[in-house]
Amino acid sequence: MKNKRSLRFLAVLGVFSLVAAACGDGGAEFEEGELGAVTVEAGEAIQIRSLNAISGEVAFLGIPNERAVEMAIADYGQIHGHDVDMGTGLDDLCSAEGGQQAAQTIVSDESIVGVIGTSCSGAATGAMPLIEEAGMVMISASNTSPALTSDLEGTAGENSFEGYYRTAHNDLFQGQAAANFVYNNLELTQVALIHDGDPYTNGLTTAFENAFTELGGTIVLHTAVTVGQTDMVPVLTEVAAAAPELIFMPIFPAEATFIVQQAGDVEGLEDVAWMGADGISVENFMNLPESENMYFSGPDTQFATNTNESTDLSGEQFLADYESEFGEAPSADFWGHAYDATTLLLEAIEEVAVVDGDVLHIDRLALREAMTAVAGYSGLIGEISCDEFGDCGSSVISIFQHNNLADHQASKANILYTYPES
Amino acid sequence: MSTDLAPEVAKPRRFKFNWVDSFLWFVRVAALIAITIGVVGSFQNFAAGEGPSATAWRDLIISSITTGSMYGLIALGYSMVYGVLGFINFAHGEVFMSGTMVGLISATMPFNNGFWDSSPFISIVVVLLVAMITSTLVAIVIERVAYRPLRGAPRLIPLITSIGVSFFVQYAFAGLFGVATRNYPPSPPGLAADLSIFGITLPISGTRALVIAVAVVSMIGLWYFVTKTKTGSAMRAVAEDKEIAGLMGIDVDKTIVTTFAVGGAMAGVAGLMWALLFRGVDFLTGFLPGIKAFTAAVLGGIGNLPGAMLGGVLLGLFEGVGPLLVLGGLGIPGVSQLKDAVAFAALVLVLIFRPTGLLGERLGSEDRV
Amino acid sequence: MSIDRYVRKWGPVAGLVMSFMAAIGMIRSFDGRMMINPVLSLGYIALLLPPAVFGYLAARGEVNVLEEQERDVPGGAVKGAMVGLIAGLVTVVFMLVTAPFDLSGFFPNINDAMVDVMTFHQGLGLGSLILIAVSTAVGAMGGALHGASEVVRAGVLRSLGWVMLFALFELVVTDIIDVRAIVRFIYAAGGGLQLWSALIIAALAWWLGGRYAGRRAEFSDMAKASEAGSRLRYSLIGIGILLLIILPMLVGGIVNELLINVALFILMGLGLNIVVGQAGLLDLGYVAFFAVGAYGTAVLTSPLSPTFAPALNWWLALPIVMIFAAIAGVLVGTPVIRMRGDYLAIVTLGFGEIVRLLLLSDWLTPYFGGAQGITRIPGITVGPLTISGTSPELFIYLTMIFVAIAAYISYRAQNSRVGRAWAAMREDEDVAEAIGISTVKAKLVAFVTGAIIASFAGALFSAKVGTVFTNSFDVLVSIIILVVVIVGGMGSIRGVALGALMLIGILGGPKSQGLLTEFAEFKLLIYGAILVFMMLKRPEGLLPSVRRSRELHGAEAEQDAWLDRRGDFVDEDAEEAIT
Repeated sequence: MKNKRSLRFLAVLGVFSLVAAACGDGGAEFEEGELGAVTVEAGEAIQIRSLNAISGEVAFLGIPNERAVEMAIADYGQIHGHDVDMGTGLDDLCSAEGGQQAAQTIVSDESIVGVIGTSCSGAATGAMPLIEEAGMVMISASNTSPALTSDLEGTAGENSFEGYYRTAHNDLFQGQAAANFVYNNLELTQVALIHDGDPYTNGLTTAFENAFTELGGTIVLHTAVTVGQTDMVPVLTEVAAAAPELIFMPIFPAEATFIVQQAGDVEGLEDVAWMGADGISVENFMNLPESENMYFSGPDTQFATNTNESTDLSGEQFLADYESEFGEAPSADFWGHAYDATTLLLEAIEEVAVVDGDVLHIDRLALREAMTAVAGYSGLIGEISCDEFGDCGSSVISIFQHNNLADHQASKANILYTYPES
Repeated sequence: MSTDLAPEVAKPRRFKFNWVDSFLWFVRVAALIAITIGVVGSFQNFAAGEGPSATAWRDLIISSITTGSMYGLIALGYSMVYGVLGFINFAHGEVFMSGTMVGLISATMPFNNGFWDSSPFISIVVVLLVAMITSTLVAIVIERVAYRPLRGAPRLIPLITSIGVSFFVQYAFAGLFGVATRNYPPSPPGLAADLSIFGITLPISGTRALVIAVAVVSMIGLWYFVTKTKTGSAMRAVAEDKEIAGLMGIDVDKTIVTTFAVGGAMAGVAGLMWALLFRGVDFLTGFLPGIKAFTAAVLGGIGNLPGAMLGGVLLGLFEGVGPLLVLGGLGIPGVSQLKDAVAFAALVLVLIFRPTGLLGERLGSEDRV
Repeated sequence: MSIDRYVRKWGPVAGLVMSFMAAIGMIRSFDGRMMINPVLSLGYIALLLPPAVFGYLAARGEVNVLEEQERDVPGGAVKGAMVGLIAGLVTVVFMLVTAPFDLSGFFPNINDAMVDVMTFHQGLGLGSLILIAVSTAVGAMGGALHGASEVVRAGVLRSLGWVMLFALFELVVTDIIDVRAIVRFIYAAGGGLQLWSALIIAALAWWLGGRYAGRRAEFSDMAKASEAGSRLRYSLIGIGILLLIILPMLVGGIVNELLINVALFILMGLGLNIVVGQAGLLDLGYVAFFAVGAYGTAVLTSPLSPTFAPALNWWLALPIVMIFAAIAGVLVGTPVIRMRGDYLAIVTLGFGEIVRLLLLSDWLTPYFGGAQGITRIPGITVGPLTISGTSPELFIYLTMIFVAIAAYISYRAQNSRVGRAWAAMREDEDVAEAIGISTVKAKLVAFVTGAIIASFAGALFSAKVGTVFTNSFDVLVSIIILVVVIVGGMGSIRGVALGALMLIGILGGPKSQGLLTEFAEFKLLIYGAILVFMMLKRPEGLLPSVRRSRELHGAEAEQDAWLDRRGDFVDEDAEEAIT
C-alpha cells in the first residue's frame, strides 16, 4: 500500500509539474482542506457513482434510482465546462457486506467526488465507514432507517456518519404519519402489525407501534413472516385471533401477495382494513383484485407540478422522459428522491468547485459543508432542507386508498391524508 | 461401496450407559416437557376465550393438511428415487417448479380469454396435463444427462450433482421466465366457495377439497401402479437389487427412467395444487417445498410410499399448527416467523425418537448396509 | 454423403446451447462487457464458444486412448464447419420462430434486443446470414485446431488464454500497474483490451510460452526426482509464501477486498473440508457455525449489542466465541451421530436454518437485534492500529494468519491419530468401530474442529463488515462452501484454496461480487453447470488429495467391483469419468 501511494504520488507530482510548466502563470492559488480535494484535469469528467440494489429480489427498488441518477446527470449538463460521469452503476446487493465491497471499489478511485446510494439501509451501514474515511459524500434516495441519521428529536442515530445525507424520509416520520392517519382519520384503535424480518419493514412497524401507542391506540399483535414464506394461513389465523380493526404490513410484494390472496380463506378477516407501505405500492401488487381498497402510506409522489430548480424538469416531464427512455414506468417510488439527490450533489459541486484555468479543484470538506447548508432547495419531491444529521428529505408522507384497479396513477392521486398536516 | 457417507442404521446394541445416549434422552424429555407446556398453555388460552376460535383451529388444521398433502406428493418422487438409486435428488424441487411455471402459460392464456372462468374444469385439466408433462420431461432429461453417467458412483457424487442441477435449473428458469413472481388466476368462483354436497355445506373450500382429492387419487393410482403392474414390480425389483434384477431380464435403465418419470409426474400434480393453493410462482418456488418434501420423506421413512404421504401430511400439520399451538402457548412472539424452524425441529425430534422414520425405511439390499 | 455421427450429435447441441444462452439473456447481458475494444465483447465470445468447442469435439470423434489420433487439418475443419453451420442454422431457426410473436410476457429475454445482438445489429435477414457464416467459420477453426500439430495447438490455446486472462482481469492488472499511461496503452477507455495490445499479448504468449515449454518439462522431471525435488519443492513453497506476503501490497483496495472474501471462504472451506472431506460427514448446515462466530463476536464486542454488551476487545472475545462454537458443534453433532449419511445432510441443513431463523426472530430480538442486526462492531486492535473493513490492505494479513492456522490444523489432523480414525470411518464405519475406533468421539472431534474454524471466519467477518444481519447466513452460504470444497478437491488443502480463488474470486460469493461483475446474474447458473460438469468429468476436484482421488477412482480391486456393478449401462460419458 505504501509504495502504491508513493507511486500514485509520483504520478500526480509529474502531472502537476507538467501542468505548472504548461500554464506557468496559473489562476488563483487553491489550498485544499483537511479531507483533501479532487482535481479534475482539463478535458476530464467529474466522477460520481451510483450505488443501488440492482440485482436480485430488490432490483425493483434500485433500478429506477440508478436510472434517475443517469437522467439527472444528463439533464444537468456540464459543470464549469466539465462533463459528469457516473461510470457503471454499482450494486449494493442490499446487504452490509455488498455495500462495503462496492464502497471499497468507490474509495479506491480517488477521483470520485460523491455517491448516490445506497438503496438499502443495511448496505449503508457497511459502506459508510469507508465513504466517511475517504472524505466523500453519499446521498441516499431510499434509506429510511432512523439509526443512520437521527431520532428527529436531536439525538444522532447509532449509525450516523459524517458525509451521509439522504433525500428519503426517516422511518419515524412515516410511522408517525401512518399512526396519525389510522388513529385520527380512520378512527381505528386496534391494529395488528406484520413485518418480514427485513430491517426496513421491522423498523417501520416498530415506529408505527411507538407512535400509535403514544396516541392511545392498541397494538393487538406484532408478528412477522419470513421472506419466501408462501403458506400464510397460520399467520392470518394468528392475526384473526387478535381481532384487529386494521392490519398494517409494510412488507414487499411477494409475501404481501400471498397474504392478501389467502386472507379470504381465514374467518374473521372479512371486515378488517388493510394498509401497506411503499414496498407494495408497485405495479404487480396493485394489479391484484385483492389489493383494491387497501391503504398505502409512502413518500408523496404527486410531483407532477413540482419542478427541480437545477434542471427545470417537472415531475410530469420526468415520468414522460423515463417512460420513453426505458419503456416502462418506474418500479418504485423513490425516483424523485434519486433525481433530487443527484442534482443536489451536482449543485453543491458546482458551488464549491474552484476554477483554475481548465482545471477544477473540488474540496471535499467544503462539499460536505455545502451539502449540510442546503436550505429551501426546490426539487421534484418538494422543498428540501438538510439538517445536521443528514436528513434532507422534504419528508412529505401521503396516504392514499387504492380505488382504481385499472389506473394506478389515479389511485395514487386519491390521497386521503398528508403528513405533516399543513 | 467403501466411500459411503458412513451409513449407519440403529442396530441392537448391548446396553451401555454413555453420554451420547443420556444427552439424547435429555433432549427427548426436554422436548416433551416443552411441547406439553405449550399445548397446555394454548388450551388454557382457548378456555379463557383468547387465541383462535374453534372454527379457526379447524380451518387451520384443514389448510395444513392440504399443504401437507402437496408436500406428500412431491415427497413421493424423492422417496422413489432414493429407494431405487439410493441418493437424495435435490433437483426434484426444481422438477416441481418447472411444471408449475410452464403450467402458468396454459393457465394464463385461457384466463385472458375468459375460458378459465367459463370452463374451469377443462382449464384445470389442461394445466394439470401441461404441468405433468413438463415435470416428467424435465425429470427424464435430468436423469439422462446428469445421473445416468454416475450410476454406481459413490453416493456423495450424485447427491452433489443434484445440487448443481438444482442451481442450474433454477437460474435457467430465472433467465427464461424472469425473476418476478407471476400469479395464476384466482380459483374459479365455483371452486373458491365452500364445498357443498347434497345441500350440506362442508367447512372446506372447493379448491382445498379438490387438492386433497387429487392427492388421494394420485396416491391410490401410484400404489396400484407400483404393486399391481409389471413395470411396478420391475421398479421394486430394481430397488431391491439392481444386479439381480438385471439378471432376471429386467431392463434396469428403462425402469430407472420410469421411476424418474413417475416421480416427475407426481411433482407435476403437486404443481397444479400449488397453482390452486398459492398461485404465485417464481424460479425459487421449488426450493423450500423441495426441502420440506424431502423432510417429509425422511419423516415417513424413506423409500416407503405411504410413509412419504403420511410424512407430508404430518409435516404440514407440524409447521402449520405447531407454531401457534406450541410456541404460542409458550408465549413466544412472532411465531409464524418460526414456521420453518418448527418443521426442521420436528424432523430432528422424530429422527431422535425413531431413527428410521415413522413407518420405517424400505431400502434395497445395497442401501441398507 | 452421410453426415459424420459426431457432427450429427454435436451440431444440434451447439445450436441449442447458443439458443439457450440467447433466451436467458446471457448473450445480451455479456455484450455489455468489452473484451477487445471495439471488436469483441464477452457476449460474442459466449455466443461463439459452442461452435468452436463442439466443432473441436466433432473433429476429435471417438476418444481412443490406445490409438494415436491422426492429424487431419482439412478433415477436422470440414467437420467443425458443419457443426458450426448446423449450430448457426438452429439458432437462426430459433430466432425466426420466435421473432413474429411478442413473447416478452412469458419470456422477457426473447425480444428484439436479443435478436439485434445475435444478428450483429444488421437486421434479421442479413444478420442471420452473417451469424451462420461466422458460426461456420468459428466451427471450422475449432475443428481445424484439433488436427493441427501440437505446437500450433498449444500456441493458439495459450495465446487465446492469455488474451482472455488479460481482458477478464482488467481490474487486477490496472490495479497492479497503476500508471495511467501504461494502463491506457493496454486497455481502452470504455473497458477491454486495445486491439494492438491484444495482438502483442497473443504474440508474446505464443513466443515466450513456446520457449519455456521445453524448460517446463525439464523442471517437472526435476521435481519428480526425489532429492533435488524436495529442495525444489521447499523453495517453491517459500516463493509462494513470499508472493502471498507481497501481493496485498501491490494491489489496491478493490483486489484486497476480493482477496479477503476469498480468504474467508478458504477458511470456511478448510473447516468444512475436515467435516466432509476428512471425516466423510455431509454437513449442509455449516453456515450455522459461521453465524455463531459472527453473532458471538458481535454480541461480545459491539457497544450496541441489545441486552448484553460487555464491549470486549476482539482478541478477548475470540476464545469465548470459540467455546460457543465448540458447544454448538457438540449440540449439532450429538443428535446426528447415529444417523445415516443422507439424513445427516437434511438434518444439518435444518439446523442451519433453525439457527438463522432464531437469530432473526422477534423472540430473540432482545439478545441478537433480530431484523435490525447488531451494528458498530469495532475492528481488531493490533498494537496501535484498529483494523477493520476500512483498511483491507491490512485486514487481508489477519485473514491470512487465520487461514494459515486452519491449514496447519487440517494438515496436522490429517496425519494424526484422529485423522486416521476419520479416514477409516469414511471408508467403512462398521469396520472402523470393529478395530476399536470410537466413531462417536471421532465424529464429535470433526464437528467441533470444523465449528471452531468456521467461528474464526465469523469473528473476522463481523469485525470486517462492522455489522451483522441474518441475511448473510442463509442456506446458500453452506452450499457454496460445499461447492468450493468439491470443485477444489475434497480432502485437499491446496484444492480448497484454488476452488475459493476460482469461484469466489472470479464468479463471486453469495453476497459478494467477484472480478466478473457481469456474471452476477448468471453466477449460480454457472456454479450449477460447473458442479455438474465436475462431477461427471472430474469428481475428485481440480487439485485432489492423493488418497481421495484413489478412493474415487478406486484401487484396482475396488474399481473392478464398481465396473462389474455398472454392468451393462456403462456409456461413454461414464467411461471418461472414471479414466
